[in-house]
Amino acid sequence: MSKSTTASPREMLKPPVTEVGVIGWLRGNLFNTWYNSLLTVLVVLLLWQLVPPFFNWAFVNSLWYSPAEECRDIDGACWSVVTQNVNFIIFGFFPEGEHWRPASAMLLLLALVLYSKNSNHWKRSLVWLWLAGLVTMGMLMHGGVFGMPVVETAQWSGLPLTFMLALFGMVAAYPFGVLLALGRRSRMPAIKSLCVIYIEMIRGVPLISLLFMSSVMFPLFLPEGVTLDRVLRAQVAIIMFTAAYIAEVVRGGLQAMARGQYEAAESLGLNFNQTMRLIILPQALKIVIPPSVGILLSAFKDTSLVVIIALYDVLKTTKVALGNPIWTGYSTEAYIFLAVFYFICCYAMSSYSRKLEKSLHTGR
Amino acid sequence: MNSDPRTDTTDAAPAVPFWRDPAKRALVFQVVALAMVAAVSYYLFSNTQANLERQSIATGFGFLDKEAGFEIGESVIGYSAADSYTRALLVGAINTLIVAVTGIILTVILGTLVGIARLSSNWLIARLSGGYIEVMQNIPILLQLFFWYALFYEAFPSPRQALNPFTGVFLCNRGLIFAIPEAHPAHAIMAWGVVAALAIGYGLHRWGQRRQEQTGLVFPSVKATIGLTLLLPTLIWLVYGAPTAMSIPVMAGFNFKGGLTVSPEFSALLLGLVLYTSAFVAEIVRAGIQSVGQGQVEAAMAVGLRPMQVLQLVILPQALRVIIPPLTSQMLNLTKNSSLAIAIGFSDFVAISNTTINQTGQAIEGVALIMLFFLCFSLTTSLFMNWYNKKMALVER
Repeated sequence: MSKSTTASPREMLKPPVTEVGVIGWLRGNLFNTWYNSLLTVLVVLLLWQLVPPFFNWAFVNSLWYSPAEECRDIDGACWSVVTQNVNFIIFGFFPEGEHWRPASAMLLLLALVLYSKNSNHWKRSLVWLWLAGLVTMGMLMHGGVFGMPVVETAQWSGLPLTFMLALFGMVAAYPFGVLLALGRRSRMPAIKSLCVIYIEMIRGVPLISLLFMSSVMFPLFLPEGVTLDRVLRAQVAIIMFTAAYIAEVVRGGLQAMARGQYEAAESLGLNFNQTMRLIILPQALKIVIPPSVGILLSAFKDTSLVVIIALYDVLKTTKVALGNPIWTGYSTEAYIFLAVFYFICCYAMSSYSRKLEKSLHTGR
Repeated sequence: MNSDPRTDTTDAAPAVPFWRDPAKRALVFQVVALAMVAAVSYYLFSNTQANLERQSIATGFGFLDKEAGFEIGESVIGYSAADSYTRALLVGAINTLIVAVTGIILTVILGTLVGIARLSSNWLIARLSGGYIEVMQNIPILLQLFFWYALFYEAFPSPRQALNPFTGVFLCNRGLIFAIPEAHPAHAIMAWGVVAALAIGYGLHRWGQRRQEQTGLVFPSVKATIGLTLLLPTLIWLVYGAPTAMSIPVMAGFNFKGGLTVSPEFSALLLGLVLYTSAFVAEIVRAGIQSVGQGQVEAAMAVGLRPMQVLQLVILPQALRVIIPPLTSQMLNLTKNSSLAIAIGFSDFVAISNTTINQTGQAIEGVALIMLFFLCFSLTTSLFMNWYNKKMALVER
């Protein structure tokens, strides 16, 4: 024992201080070449110019909860524009006393999302759970049961509308998209060309043109006396749009299936429906889960476009709140708040999709 | 799927009932599908017909020749409210094209820079560009447009107190105003000079490649082209007596006179589109560069190529094959997203079509025009992609 504590004749040389620890890291990652050193210095200078003033504006000189008049006297951010209007921004024109209904619908949605995140919970029962959840959310929003007064879809606005357009759009578009993908791979020329025309046409035009279609053309399509609410019409347009993108993603999954899978199914004597239902789709849809989350992400971002056809999603309610003369001039603060909200939601989805891609990559 | 190879058995055994014969069954399916589509179309068409008649809305594209009667904020070709709808739509189409082309050029430059920065060995730069990509990708483009537009209107002063960062450049809530050279006949010739220089450069490049294949001598065609594009217009400019007259913006009344004004609408739209799309382009560029194996670079260096040659002859040709297809789809996305101009009041094609719909009530024609306009872009893009894929496939082997 004592022998090992004494200095051994061949002393272990420590690496030079310039190569390890903080200094080593700095040298390796920030100052490894002359141009990198120059870039680092320039970037640090730039950040020094930008970050402290922004910090002062956003946190030091800012007001968080005050009437609009007090905001006129400060040169910082006026976050009060958000805190004072938060009820309207989130719930929009939903009747004042009934805000607990959209709030609990959104909580239910959050619970469902958190529950489904874990891939151990992916069973057939989860589908039923989601359907039950969606129906409950619909009932909470619409009312008319259990003594809840009816709230027409025209009054649905704010955050619940944003979530609804994206979520129902995705759920309703998925089966439609799978059918389109199957149709596009079909060997029947008529069906194949119908699907190709639909998919390529929708993917070739911007969502806004479909939303225009929903707001100005759909009313002309319906027979006399039948009207469809604006919100539902926009929902139909979003479903039509999303389905085309889902179809392309699912087609990618179908193409990734080895020919042997079809042949094995055929040699077992399964017919087309059985082959698809039992062999191909379960595997193909598993492959396309990560890109599908990507589509949900774009659908969520794209719902903000309904602003243009004057639906009151969360972006529009924010604009309405800003339209109040006492709050004009504070758009930056309100938009930054919304941007942070969208960023949190979208970043959660995109990093989840990336994580799934890694964990589902079973190799081939 | 339904018409599988077993179809052949029908010849041998004609006794198979038709619902067990895949070929005939497929035929029935298709007829039923087409009949359903036709029935739905007819139903919608007859409803539409009835509704249009009841609301006495005209049909057809006759309205295109009528007087538009509305002003357009900005247009590069002459336009007044007395012009026809066709002219108004043309103004919109040109505005969309200007935004799309400028946006695509700037996006490719910025996206490439950020994509390369993402792979930088400098930790700070790599992290910053990573953060940029995440933030821009995860915020809806429309919100970004609103943000920039609000910033232009709220953060910048009125024309009287316009910021004047450089001589001849003014920033105010009416937009960015800067001095431009006074119109001179030499400018058009100079533009042709640039075109000629690029054409000669292309010829030189082809010739250089052939010569390199035959003799192994390298001709610096890129440098030569850059030199030519600078030299030729300068020569023309000197030949025309070097006109230096500038149109300098000056305050007159409530607004600036002279110079070139870039409106806040256009600036916000361009800024939003470029920042948003360049985040996606950066990811594409990064993936493209990473797709070229390190061994390729090492092999090229071992053969004795210089760094620029490694980039030009080994990395770029392989990376571009991965980059170009998703890049074109991003360019298409930018063009489609430019339709959001309507939300901040820039007069692009969609905004003007929308005004047309509101004035004439002819929604079907208006929406059809919008869709047709964008379908032209996507069809051109897919034609280009087919051509490019074929060319790349030839290069492969």
